[in-house]
Amino acid sequence: MGAGAADSEPGWEPSSTLGWVAPHVAAEFPGLGISWIEIDGRPGRSPEPVERRLGETSNRFYGAHAIHMRERPIPWAYRVFFRQIGLDPDRTRTPVEQLALDRLQDGGFKTRGLPADALTIATVETGIALRAFDAERLDGALCIRDSAPGESLEGRPGELSHGTLVIADERAPAGLLFGATGEGRGVGRGTRRIAIAAVQVDGVPQIAVDEALWMVATTLAV
Amino acid sequence: MPDLLDREIRTALRVDGDERLARAELRRQIGRLEAQLGSLFADAFPRLRIDAGVAAVSNEPRALGLGDLEAVRDSLAMRIGDARRQLQERGELETRNRELLGRMLTAPAEHKWLRISRADVGEPGCGHWHSRPRLGPLGMLMGWWRVRVSSGCPLSGRLAAVERER
Repeated sequence: MGAGAADSEPGWEPSSTLGWVAPHVAAEFPGLGISWIEIDGRPGRSPEPVERRLGETSNRFYGAHAIHMRERPIPWAYRVFFRQIGLDPDRTRTPVEQLALDRLQDGGFKTRGLPADALTIATVETGIALRAFDAERLDGALCIRDSAPGESLEGRPGELSHGTLVIADERAPAGLLFGATGEGRGVGRGTRRIAIAAVQVDGVPQIAVDEALWMVATTLAV
Repeated sequence: MPDLLDREIRTALRVDGDERLARAELRRQIGRLEAQLGSLFADAFPRLRIDAGVAAVSNEPRALGLGDLEAVRDSLAMRIGDARRQLQERGELETRNRELLGRMLTAPAEHKWLRISRADVGEPGCGHWHSRPRLGPLGMLMGWWRVRVSSGCPLSGRLAAVERER
């Protein structure tokens, strides 16, 4: 798997696109944002350099990191946001804490192929919450908004309860904010172009979001 | 314009604005309490496992109302109170154990067979202090008691050797 030929040229730097947040949601949650990049590529087995880097990331991550993680500013910011949107971060884990738990339980970050390994590396390094979507199944810009009455998530029975926070394109919800991804919206066998989205919350600096997206892009370009 | 002069509508607008400020203040408090709980959680580990769980008020992510935010804030505050109390109780127990260890080291015969682990006195790692008779039954009869200090955690190499034997 790799980035498109043009994207792989020396000096190439991925440029992220800033999505929008529904005004009334933004009023409730200042600092909430979404940015994403799109990269040509297919899912598949991680190449050796990515697997090696994943191993190095595992070796640098100890139990003490996991224990003190919630004191660090970015993981703390996501924990606080989870509380603020009604989730218990000790049950529905923030992405970086879920990876930390998996690391301790499995004894290392297990390779799950691309793009998952790229997301793991970037999330552990930066703490940023990242999501992968099939870019060709997205319709227009990504946004964070609350669900409208009657809306549902593809592949999930029943309607979303009104006011559920979702990541959506211009057509419909693509996934819950920090939750399930709509069926067919995630990266699958038929994916040819991948959208990597970073969810920013209050207290998370933009430079960390940019770094996370850059890290994923460069890992996928290996 | 007549609508603006309508008293009920003006009140409703003001309440909405106040509620938004109140929700913002509650979110700020939740952030502060979460930081305190995270700090207590880290301080307590590995001596004590702090329960930081606060039941989710929703199955799906949503902007919470005043009541739900208050419930989260109050639950967090309660958790912090519990955690502080547990930490204090644990600290007092460890202090008592350290004092007991001091007495045992001074007079092993007065604390026969007593075993105090490093965890009991709030120290990291494995190992323990054990009041035992020198030379086994003979020492018991003669009253030759001493405190033996264990050699600590098993070495990883030895554990690997045990695994290989299995």
